[in-house]
Amino acid sequence: MRLYTLPAWRLRWELVEGGGDPASYVEQVYERIRLFEKTLNSYITLRSMEEVVEEVEQQVREARRGAYKPLAGVLLAVKDNIAVEGLPNTCASRMLSKYIPPYTATVVERLVEAGAVVIGKTNMDEFAMGSTGETSAYGPTRNPWSINRVPGGSSSGTAAAVAAALATIGLGNDTGGSIRLPAAWTGLYGLKSTYGLVSRYGLVSYAESLEQIGPMTRNIMDLAVMMEAMAGFDPRDSTSLDYTPSRGVYTAAVERGEEGARLSVALLEDMVEHEAVSEDVRRVVYRAAEALEEMGAKVSREKVGRHVAYYALPAYYVIAMCEASSNLARYDNIRYGYREPPRPWEGWNTYYSRVRGEGFGREVKRRIMLGSWMLSAGYKDQYYVRALRLRRMVRDRLLSLAERYDVLLLPSAVTMPPRLGEAITDPVKLYMLDTVSVQANLSGLPALTVPAGKVRSIPLGVQLMARPLGEPRLFTAASMIATATGLHDLIAEPVG
Amino acid sequence: MKRRTVIGLEIHVQLTALKTKLFCSCSADYRHSPPNTHVCPVCLGLPGALPVVNKEALRAAISVCLALNGRVADRLRFDRKHYFYPDMPKNYQITQYLEPICREGYLEIEYNGRTKKIRIRRMNLEEDPGRLVYPAGSPLHSPYSLVDYNRAGVALLEIVTEPDMESPEEARLFLEKLRSILEHLGVSDPSLEGAMRVDANISVEGGERVEVKNIGSIHEVERALMYEIVRQNSLLDKGVKPKRETRHWDPAHRVTIPARVKETEEDYRYMPDPNLPPVRIPAELVKAVAESLPELPDKRAERFVREYGLPRKTARVLVSRKLLADFYEDVVKMYGGDPRRAANYIVNDLLNWLKDYGIKALYSRVPPERVVKVLKLLDEGVISIRQAKELAEVIVKKGVDPEEYVKKAGYVKISDEEYLSRIVEEVFKEHPKAVRDALEKPKAVNFLVGMVMAKTRGRADPVVARRLVLRRLEELRARGASQTSSR
Ligand SMILES: [Zn+2]
Repeated sequence: MRLYTLPAWRLRWELVEGGGDPASYVEQVYERIRLFEKTLNSYITLRSMEEVVEEVEQQVREARRGAYKPLAGVLLAVKDNIAVEGLPNTCASRMLSKYIPPYTATVVERLVEAGAVVIGKTNMDEFAMGSTGETSAYGPTRNPWSINRVPGGSSSGTAAAVAAALATIGLGNDTGGSIRLPAAWTGLYGLKSTYGLVSRYGLVSYAESLEQIGPMTRNIMDLAVMMEAMAGFDPRDSTSLDYTPSRGVYTAAVERGEEGARLSVALLEDMVEHEAVSEDVRRVVYRAAEALEEMGAKVSREKVGRHVAYYALPAYYVIAMCEASSNLARYDNIRYGYREPPRPWEGWNTYYSRVRGEGFGREVKRRIMLGSWMLSAGYKDQYYVRALRLRRMVRDRLLSLAERYDVLLLPSAVTMPPRLGEAITDPVKLYMLDTVSVQANLSGLPALTVPAGKVRSIPLGVQLMARPLGEPRLFTAASMIATATGLHDLIAEPVG
Repeated sequence: MKRRTVIGLEIHVQLTALKTKLFCSCSADYRHSPPNTHVCPVCLGLPGALPVVNKEALRAAISVCLALNGRVADRLRFDRKHYFYPDMPKNYQITQYLEPICREGYLEIEYNGRTKKIRIRRMNLEEDPGRLVYPAGSPLHSPYSLVDYNRAGVALLEIVTEPDMESPEEARLFLEKLRSILEHLGVSDPSLEGAMRVDANISVEGGERVEVKNIGSIHEVERALMYEIVRQNSLLDKGVKPKRETRHWDPAHRVTIPARVKETEEDYRYMPDPNLPPVRIPAELVKAVAESLPELPDKRAERFVREYGLPRKTARVLVSRKLLADFYEDVVKMYGGDPRRAANYIVNDLLNWLKDYGIKALYSRVPPERVVKVLKLLDEGVISIRQAKELAEVIVKKGVDPEEYVKKAGYVKISDEEYLSRIVEEVFKEHPKAVRDALEKPKAVNFLVGMVMAKTRGRADPVVARRLVLRRLEELRARGASQTSSR
């Protein structure tokens, strides 16, 4: 049986109740890794198969004995900016190439508790700064659906690994679209939850006020199962919401969608017709609207206005860069980092400049420098403070829309994935890829990417947004689109 | 010519009484621990670790704010202050910039017989950095330096005064008052090394403001300020205007030295810490803290005046340190005699000798029982006032029991005849048979003398005791004879 093709919820059943062999599942996945990883470059650290087999068997045994393990034995790919004790945590940067964390992120702890087994740490844009996966110090990841194209970033490795079934489920993080953009370009479901719903403890900070860890899967039910395991209050994260979803609330929402539901949907017209959005993308968004209507939704057209459609992007980059300049200050190679000892009598100031100069890549340095400058006296009001004002306006506008509709529908990517090397050369072109993603981060609203069409055999997702803690509505709507289009459980077979 | 001097202080107080650091659960009691043993992902600033505010630190900060008559902020908010330095694990410090936890407080000091109000501008809660250790003792002579992060993340209160002080003595009085308040609140033990660090701003009329950084004790603050006044005045006398600068106090040489000049003003790029969203400080919490405030030094001094009849000045000295005031009250309780005598003895005699050992010698080196014994010996007439004064030195320096010392040193001098006569009287009453024996056999006299010695725990002068016993026996004989003859 081809266990690697199964969604997590089915796989769990096969392994725990259907007599499926855990070892053969792991072997199948490792066989695909052997076949495709050289091409894709999706992992930075891969654990040994023996170790993984042992843990999968252990999890399945416990589930068979009756332990509540909704993800028993399921292989989980973890983005390399999320701490897993004992595994390297490079953030795809030379700066952290020798750093091994002594602790595990809350979210990973919870998923492992639910039965998942970490298979490895995935490639990404360096410190999550990038939208194509190409700023990694470990080389770019390729899109398994079209290997000359990027998979999207910054959660590029998780996207490629899950799409090509080099893992069954994955974790990414989303600061300005880093889950939703690659999900849209690799045929995956991806969720950036309501800010504070998922603990950030153990997520290496890039821009904390914006980011969330989130799941990436090939099936909407898996997304719901993962969220039920990982979401909820964490005393170790002060931005964590005092809310924990009850068991079954997300999976039930998925089931509701399979039947169809009378949701009210707002198609965000000026986001779809935005000049940055390509014709291919527009067609897929309109197709998704039709799918929702077929399943019982009522779709209306709404405009978000210029602030949301145009000024959100610069506001986002100002805030993200300012926070980044602060968060990345700690990398001085003193407590952890890479192998580069200070020279005798080298002053710490000189040493810091040297290691930060060598350790960080170009894009990271660009953002640190811009952020430091925009936070400095005399410029702070002009940039940072102004961006915060814009952020409030964007949030107010989106909140009022989200209160009036069950879900908002908009593109998840502005174009189809660029070819490798195409976007990376021009930073502004690169930043423009986030045109439709950053609004959810600025406003803290939950947003989900769902596959809704294919363009020249490459899947393309659209984006759904809802009011704070409106995740169940997102699951229902995504499930409606999945049912109507049949575009789920897509597995890429990379050629080349 | 006497020029006006203006002094403002910035005091960093570690909340040493907290069990844990400000943002993690590491023990804050790091002194005497090997380096880097009180650390965790949070206080080491490891990637992905997040701070969580220690609620006890908030309570402690509120209590200090209220004790300093300040206004507690409506919400708790933290900012990041950015600068690169190896003792800072994140290369930014979590502090309070825009919204300090406390504003507009004041403290009153007594100076030259009048009360003076020193205003407090603000007080903020922040994390302490780690500590640099130089293998060769100083940065200049060490090819490398080491960092100990045990201190990193310990809760710190920064208290900033208005420039309301006009002399080093006022600064000292202010700091002493503050120290006693902190002790009474039980939030900090300022006597621990590095638990109270002071930056002093001082300007002398005609010159610019000079900041003297990182002075380690109250005594040193007074010295550093005196040095600066002399330095700045002598510059002005020569027609040189003291320039605006930062200096360091060198306690070994008792001079201030200019700090290295930075070419540009440091830009800390303050921004709100996104990991610590502002939280409302509930009015109920402030109320609860206010209601649970302990008796503070001013109130305690008033009570000492009222309850024990002490002069105000003595009461103020006693409450200047919590330990001292506690000690005094313990002595009063055990002693049962005149509280003023106890106060005088502690303030005028004991304190003098404690200087070399520090206030911590109370209880540990000098248990209150010993002071009580001295006071009782004095009351009983066993020792003279002069001997009591001598005993103050003995019990502090030698750390011995005064009673035993008195015995050994032959202080034993109950030669006070009136007192001893009373004892002899008692002995005679209690041992009528022995008295009858003694009237007949001179050898039996020894027993009665022995009993007098026993009653005075060996402190009676035996010669006087014998004489008095014999005299009493004589009297009895005489009376017996007269009775017989009259019969
Ligand atoms: Zn700690």
